[in-house]
Amino acid sequence: MKIALFITCFNDTIFPNTGKAVVEILERLGHEVVFPEAQTCCGQMHFNTGYQSEAMPLIRQFVQTFSAYDVVVSPSASCTGMVRDMYRLAAEVHHDIGLADAVNQLARNVYEFSELLVNRLQVTDVGAYYPHRVTYHPTCHSLRGIRVGDAPEQLLRAVRGIDYVPLNCGSECCGFGGTFAIKNADTSMAMLGDKVRHILDTRAEVCVAADNSCLMHIGGALHRQRSGVRVAHLAEILVAQE
Amino acid sequence: MSKPESVIIDLSPHFEVGAKQALQNTQLRRNMGKATQTIRAKRAAVVDEMQEWESLRVAGQHIKDDVMRNLDTYLIQLEAAVLRAGGHVHWARDAREANQIVTQLIQQAGAQEIIKVKSLTTDEIRLNEALHDAGITAIETDLAELIIQLANEKSSHILVPAIHKNRAEIRALFQKAMNLPDLTDEPVALAAAARQYLREKFMSVRVATSGANFAIAETGSVCVVESEGNGRMCLTMPDVLISIMGIEKILPRWDDLSVFMQLLPRSSTGERMNPYTTIWTGVHEGDGPREFHLVLLDNGRSDVLADTVGRQTLHCIRCSACINICPVYERTGGHAYGSVYPGPIGAILTPQLVGTAHASSLPYASSLCGACYDVCPVRINIPEVLVHLRGKVVAEKQATITGTLAPENIGMKTIAHIFRHPTLYEVAQKSGRLAQYFFVHDGYIEQGPGPLASWTKMRDFPAMANQSFREWWRERKHNDTHKS
Repeated sequence: MKIALFITCFNDTIFPNTGKAVVEILERLGHEVVFPEAQTCCGQMHFNTGYQSEAMPLIRQFVQTFSAYDVVVSPSASCTGMVRDMYRLAAEVHHDIGLADAVNQLARNVYEFSELLVNRLQVTDVGAYYPHRVTYHPTCHSLRGIRVGDAPEQLLRAVRGIDYVPLNCGSECCGFGGTFAIKNADTSMAMLGDKVRHILDTRAEVCVAADNSCLMHIGGALHRQRSGVRVAHLAEILVAQE
Repeated sequence: MSKPESVIIDLSPHFEVGAKQALQNTQLRRNMGKATQTIRAKRAAVVDEMQEWESLRVAGQHIKDDVMRNLDTYLIQLEAAVLRAGGHVHWARDAREANQIVTQLIQQAGAQEIIKVKSLTTDEIRLNEALHDAGITAIETDLAELIIQLANEKSSHILVPAIHKNRAEIRALFQKAMNLPDLTDEPVALAAAARQYLREKFMSVRVATSGANFAIAETGSVCVVESEGNGRMCLTMPDVLISIMGIEKILPRWDDLSVFMQLLPRSSTGERMNPYTTIWTGVHEGDGPREFHLVLLDNGRSDVLADTVGRQTLHCIRCSACINICPVYERTGGHAYGSVYPGPIGAILTPQLVGTAHASSLPYASSLCGACYDVCPVRINIPEVLVHLRGKVVAEKQATITGTLAPENIGMKTIAHIFRHPTLYEVAQKSGRLAQYFFVHDGYIEQGPGPLASWTKMRDFPAMANQSFREWWRERKHNDTHKS
């Protein structure tokens, strides 16, 4: 299958290893990965912070870049949700019927990484080996936004050597929320404090999620506290082999 | 701009300022954490046992959709039905008109004291203050409202106004206000003290006010749902009953009530059924009040109705499930929102009622985690409305010179410009990598400059990678071509 990779600006710039892992896993499974180089950012930060007129050209640019592909994958539940849910609102608010049509078409083809593997490609065992104690934080946008269900957990449980331990109060937000973490830093930190406490309670070495943005937030606190726990994107676990 | 006449109870601090203060109150954090976790668990238990819960939510949403689309028709229908049943109907454009109407009605009845059923709508229009100015004493009869009134505080939750107080604090308050030095902090003792205090009022006061949970257009019936029985007392014992309701509280048909009576108690108090439901239709000789007045309040609701995205906010049945589930509210409490409507619903309702300019920080008082949308019994997409309102806030700011020159605006515009041009975007990635050189230690920035500082004062920030994904991709493609 030919799969277009929507890397997201964030992963492209700060977490390139996640993208490399996605490419490697999909190729290992026999698929062709393409990377449309005209892509930059889906416009989520601007749109969700209220900068709608600034986000609109980015949204149109994204739709133009990816409309040609039947299957698009992103290692970010949050950016996937932006395209699938918020683009519709953007088109509606700006009374752009042409965009609305294109978005309807495209939204069906955009998958988050674990969703693509489990639901579309029907794979749960990708041949990974990872001999570490791991917990999983279901990010808000993967859980309640695009509803990936237990796809990430299915993938993790199929990893050989893994010591998977569920996270207490996992469904609660880590307090990231994009610019919320800056604008409401104190409340954000109060939420993050509780999230970190639950992670430490699992005695895991690694906290995994389907969004590097949330992981950056959680990892930022784990590192500040010198907790001895690190964060990793799901794809980076699944790529590891014996 | 002038201060809005209603809804907002404390205009001064922005949400983040009030939140920061609240977060430091350890007693509040403990009280809020305990209360919200308890009510969440109760709700989850009685919702999970309902197999048809999702269908009920959809039914609730559709009924409310229909109400909003045909509000004009249903309102006229309701008015006619209430008049037919012997009641009176008054139309109030805003808080001031509503307060005038209610004050006059109380004065006509010759009363100086009234008893009140807990009502957010009367909080919204600040009825108690207006009555006080007219020399009329309003006595709250809901236990938590009474606590708040005696403490001279503002409510911090729409259903449990004193959620931020524990029983030791309530005991101290009652000891002083009711002159009961020997009172213990046992819930039974506290409730008994309040009952003693209120019984006297129920027996003697001749005029009552209430809000309305629902009003049925086809029959003219009004419904109040409550737990303590104080509502039943107020609605049946006085001679004159004045009910103030927002125009969106209407339901078209009697049958619609069945949907909402299943949705509301489970979402609200986590009960299968609430203890007291009072429904009345006009007046009846020898039974209940001799005079019934229904005040229909707009107070900004027509403007909300005009906004196709924001309109769904009017579906709200004030159950408070979104407030109880909200991780932000759980930690800051209700006062930080500065409105009679706190939590996620308040963050979308308040700015729409008073104008985004007066409540510009509220749409940002959320991490957009979506827990509120999941529990909403009428499926209000709160995150979507929050984002929509943020758009309005920014557009309003950008229309002013100070807003245009604000660092955030300049920064966001610059970044958007960079994102629009892939080549420029790559240049920015490369320059960013150079610029971070002085801040990065062992792969992390621990003290960031500019807006990053508010991140790094509490958590570390990962450094940009030495090679971006796209650079790696290109390099790989290049190597592949060379190999073959």
